[in-house]
Amino acid sequence: MRRDRNQSSDVKAMTVLRRRRTVIAWGFSLPFVIVFVLFMLVPLLSSLAMSFTDIGSSDIQTPFNVNFVGFHNFMSLFSDKQFWSSMRVTALFVLVGLPLTMAVALALAVALNKGLRRVNAFFRALFYAPVVASTIAIAVVWRYILQNDGLLNSLLAIINVQGPDWLHDTRTALPSLIVMATWRNVGTLMIIFIAGLQAIPTEVLEAASMDGAGEWTKFRCIVLPLLKPTLLLGAVLQSVSYLQFFDEPFVMTEGGPLGSTLSASYYIYEKFGFGQYGISSAASYVLFIIIAAVSALQFRLMRNKDE
Amino acid sequence: MSESMKSSVAVPSSRQRQSRMMDAIVPDNRPSLWRRFRRAHGITYTVLTLFACIWIFPFCWMILGSLKTQREIMRIPPTFLPQNPTFSNFTRWFTELDFGTFFINSAIVAVVTTLGNLVFCSMVGYALAKIDFAGKNLLFGLVMITLMVPSVATFVPLFVIITNMHMLNTYMSLILPFLTQPLGVFLMRQFMMGIPDALLEAGRIDGAGELRIFFQIVLPQCKPPMATLAVLTFLSSWNNFLWPLVAAQSNKMYTLPVALSLYSTGQQATDYSILLAGAVLVVTPILLLFIFLQKYFIQGVTMSGIK
Repeated sequence: MRRDRNQSSDVKAMTVLRRRRTVIAWGFSLPFVIVFVLFMLVPLLSSLAMSFTDIGSSDIQTPFNVNFVGFHNFMSLFSDKQFWSSMRVTALFVLVGLPLTMAVALALAVALNKGLRRVNAFFRALFYAPVVASTIAIAVVWRYILQNDGLLNSLLAIINVQGPDWLHDTRTALPSLIVMATWRNVGTLMIIFIAGLQAIPTEVLEAASMDGAGEWTKFRCIVLPLLKPTLLLGAVLQSVSYLQFFDEPFVMTEGGPLGSTLSASYYIYEKFGFGQYGISSAASYVLFIIIAAVSALQFRLMRNKDE
Repeated sequence: MSESMKSSVAVPSSRQRQSRMMDAIVPDNRPSLWRRFRRAHGITYTVLTLFACIWIFPFCWMILGSLKTQREIMRIPPTFLPQNPTFSNFTRWFTELDFGTFFINSAIVAVVTTLGNLVFCSMVGYALAKIDFAGKNLLFGLVMITLMVPSVATFVPLFVIITNMHMLNTYMSLILPFLTQPLGVFLMRQFMMGIPDALLEAGRIDGAGELRIFFQIVLPQCKPPMATLAVLTFLSSWNNFLWPLVAAQSNKMYTLPVALSLYSTGQQATDYSILLAGAVLVVTPILLLFIFLQKYFIQGVTMSGIK
């Protein structure tokens, strides 16, 4: 309507109007832009800059008065065994944790996509509950369950099994954290998968039933292919969060035993704690690039599948 | 959405269609509805119930443990029900450990962050959805980039910046960096795109300025996404850990997760009765919120998942 009116009036009024709209729109966005620039853009760029300097905790009042050290931080990072170990721990956590979480979430989603609606809503809420609870609180409870003379080992003792000291054994500490993370995170993916399943037209499934397809065949040949975009999306969201895992080892193992649960985020935090801001920034940039690459790769895959 | 789309099988709304199909296959001796339901879903629900019991068990064990005395909780093997249920662990949080301060800190940070996000994210969302202006694509690009940046990539320089702004260990440092979340902008924009332009034009013709249109016409329409955004922001703020751990440096600024994590790795590391009581105190407010506002939590996941 207004566009018609503008066309009848002269072009000048239109540019004035557009300029006014631009001012108004940026005015509306001002708080976001300030927060973005100050707490996101500047830190992201300074993180990159800091990773090429010898900045440490003593430079905190004078952050511009530091020495440029080239790739020194990255060199010492890549020659640090602990850094590689933290990358390996993170990779293991994602490579084992992600499929496990997705499989359990998908199984629950499929089970909760049929049957009684009210009962399903109850179950759905129940499986989602660990997601809303603070990881720290959850980690305290799990540490209590998993401690050497804790509940799990007491239950195992009943059937005459001597359980390991789960969180203090290099072989079981990381798997324990993975199981706990799965328990905690399944809810999110389950909800996303249920939404995906509900978008699958029932006619297709009924047609398959008419043709005599069993439940498993239907799931494998119809549901899974149609659900692929949703599955990929879930994989992106979850792997980005798993790549940053920190809270669990912080409370449950403090990175131990022998660094077997020291994640990349924990490594970054630890270097920060030692006051080595340069190395810490360098490591955080490596992790950031990996996270960005993983999400870019997965989005690319998703786009290809859509076509 | 019709009932039959949500629950694909049986009871009672899609009964007619179902029974027509059944008639075609088994014309005689059709078993009762309940029998058919049990045959189709009995195993699923039995497995789900078992699974659900395991799922909520850590919560139950947390509550049971928080009611045990310090001596009872050390017992090997552990008792199941507390023998002398006591609230002393909770009272100790209030008398010895300054729970009130941590709770108020968490509450202030979460509430202010939520309010800020509601106002500021809707403002940007409105500009992006409903105003045609120069730099719109740039702004939208910024929002999308921000979505990808993990906090672990920025916390070191953020710490330096906050220190130099003399905001370390203040509420400001805990609130400002989270005041406008990109996900919130995205949610609001998606919803506002669906508001008919005619409604805004009507306001413009009546001579209302952009601010009045925003507050009196657009915002009242946006209650559903705002409820979702409020719940999402409150949840992530309440459970936020890495940044508060870095930015809050004294007892009087600790949020609940930070306080609990420091106690659980400090002197109280093995005093599980008090740690579990702390976990109960941290988890309860958010679980209550979840039980009453379930719908918005679930919507939040679905909406943020389907970007």
